[in-house]
Amino acid sequence: MAANKGPRNATPIKANRQKPERVRRVAGAHSARTSLQDRFRSWRQHHQDSFRDALQRLNAARASSAMTILVIAIALALPAGLAVLLDNARAITRGWDGNAHLSVFLDMNISEQRQQQLARDWQGLDNITRTEVITREQALAEFKALSGFGEVLEALPDNPLPPLIVVYPDETDPVTLRALENRLAEADGVDLVQLDVEWVRRLHALIELGERLISALTLALAAAVVLVVVNTIRLAIESRREEIVVVKIVGGTDGFVRRPFLYSGFCFGFAGGATAVILVQVALWWLGGPIDELLALYNSDESLTAMAASSLIVLPVFSGILGLLGAWLAVGRHLGDIEPNF
Amino acid sequence: MIQFDRVSKRYPNGKDALSKVSFTLPAGQLTFLTGHSGAGKSTLLKLIMMLERPTQGQVFIEGQNLNGFGNRHIPLLRRKIGMVHQNHQLLFDRTVFDNVALPLIIAGYARSDIGKRVRAALDKVGLLDKEKLNPIMLSGGEQQRVGIARAVVNKPPLLLADEPTGNLDPALSEEIMDLFKDFARVGVAVLIATHDLSLIARYNHRLLTLREGRLIHDGDEGGHHGS
Repeated sequence: MAANKGPRNATPIKANRQKPERVRRVAGAHSARTSLQDRFRSWRQHHQDSFRDALQRLNAARASSAMTILVIAIALALPAGLAVLLDNARAITRGWDGNAHLSVFLDMNISEQRQQQLARDWQGLDNITRTEVITREQALAEFKALSGFGEVLEALPDNPLPPLIVVYPDETDPVTLRALENRLAEADGVDLVQLDVEWVRRLHALIELGERLISALTLALAAAVVLVVVNTIRLAIESRREEIVVVKIVGGTDGFVRRPFLYSGFCFGFAGGATAVILVQVALWWLGGPIDELLALYNSDESLTAMAASSLIVLPVFSGILGLLGAWLAVGRHLGDIEPNF
Repeated sequence: MIQFDRVSKRYPNGKDALSKVSFTLPAGQLTFLTGHSGAGKSTLLKLIMMLERPTQGQVFIEGQNLNGFGNRHIPLLRRKIGMVHQNHQLLFDRTVFDNVALPLIIAGYARSDIGKRVRAALDKVGLLDKEKLNPIMLSGGEQQRVGIARAVVNKPPLLLADEPTGNLDPALSEEIMDLFKDFARVGVAVLIATHDLSLIARYNHRLLTLREGRLIHDGDEGGHHGS
């Protein structure tokens, strides 16, 4: 208390000058010849050194490091790439759910006027927000444009496509839709009602399944990454056995011995994750053309979306943490085996 | 500095490496420890380094009972002990300077301080001009001196040497011994384990002799191994 009061009353300059002296004296009395400040500085310095050392060793054994990093990258690129594709699938189908509709195919002999009439009539019914008329000619034109069978159709004497009314319901729950489907099917001049929502559901179920599979795959491959790093670090520990012995003899703490290996593990993981990002981006670029074409054929305005910007950093960091975990396991398992002897 | 109080060590295989060994090493004294292979010299050094723990009895260093030390304390204890090995235990992937600097880096000395202390230690063993070399380029005697520089660079109160002159000719052995005597003169407790009887005979220092784990002689070398 008294010691605190003094500097508070004194000028700031004096307080500054007194305090470090006091700290140094206390630290000096308790421990050897290093002050706490020195220790902290050297601890931080050792972190820097360990990190630099890890990078240098990575660089020194370039070929084998590259192998390890590539293995990690491939293991991570697989689920990451699939996740991006799945994200795209989800984004594309998101709009479709609200667009659930019934395609009502009319008898071939229904006139265009009658078709318009029916569409107007239905518009007033319960559960229907709007209807859309697609005449036989429109259907033919659209089919020609999108299907690629244009020439075949030219060869046919008649337009084989029936008149169509697309009905958009205001609700998408199965019971309402089923009831609406039945009601429309009984209407005069209706040939066939097709509920275009089932396959969207199936697709959603498939996407759900895909998500689960990717989660399982991610888990399995994350474990693989950890094991790869465990093995790499185990070899590194083995090759630095002499150094570890000497460090232990001259009083290195377990933390001091562990640190360079943990940094190595993190570097392997991070580099692997960064490489995985590159692999995924290259794959997406390569697949981008065909996929956009495919999407266009499915009448979608969407185009392939790349990885989320956040993933660009999340993936390497996540991978770095896996590497750290692997190094931790390897160090915990193998460092204790190395004890000085003489 | 070091005190052994009826220390026994039995290894898991049933072998009694030490039996009821008691002695005290004061600061500033140079002491030889001798005995045939398997007499317990290495075990005694290992107990001081806490590479092993005694089965019975107590070891004190600077008045502290090592039995009360957890594994956490071992590194701090070892920083008080300079250890010189027969095979030098130098690292050949770095320079002489970096080898000697290792204990200081571990103990957390400031960068600026490390350079001064390393050069002082290298100067003491006469290798100041070799600091940038890889120790593999040095002769056996020079490597041993690097090992000594590393052992004393953080000025430990205790210096242990395990067959420090094992591979050296008499002239080089004498140089090494002179270094040890210098350290003892400035207050370091020096314990040299050796079975080089001619070396022991040349100096009149205290001698501890082990046989089958028992301390059978403690005193001046003089009459015991005379001529």
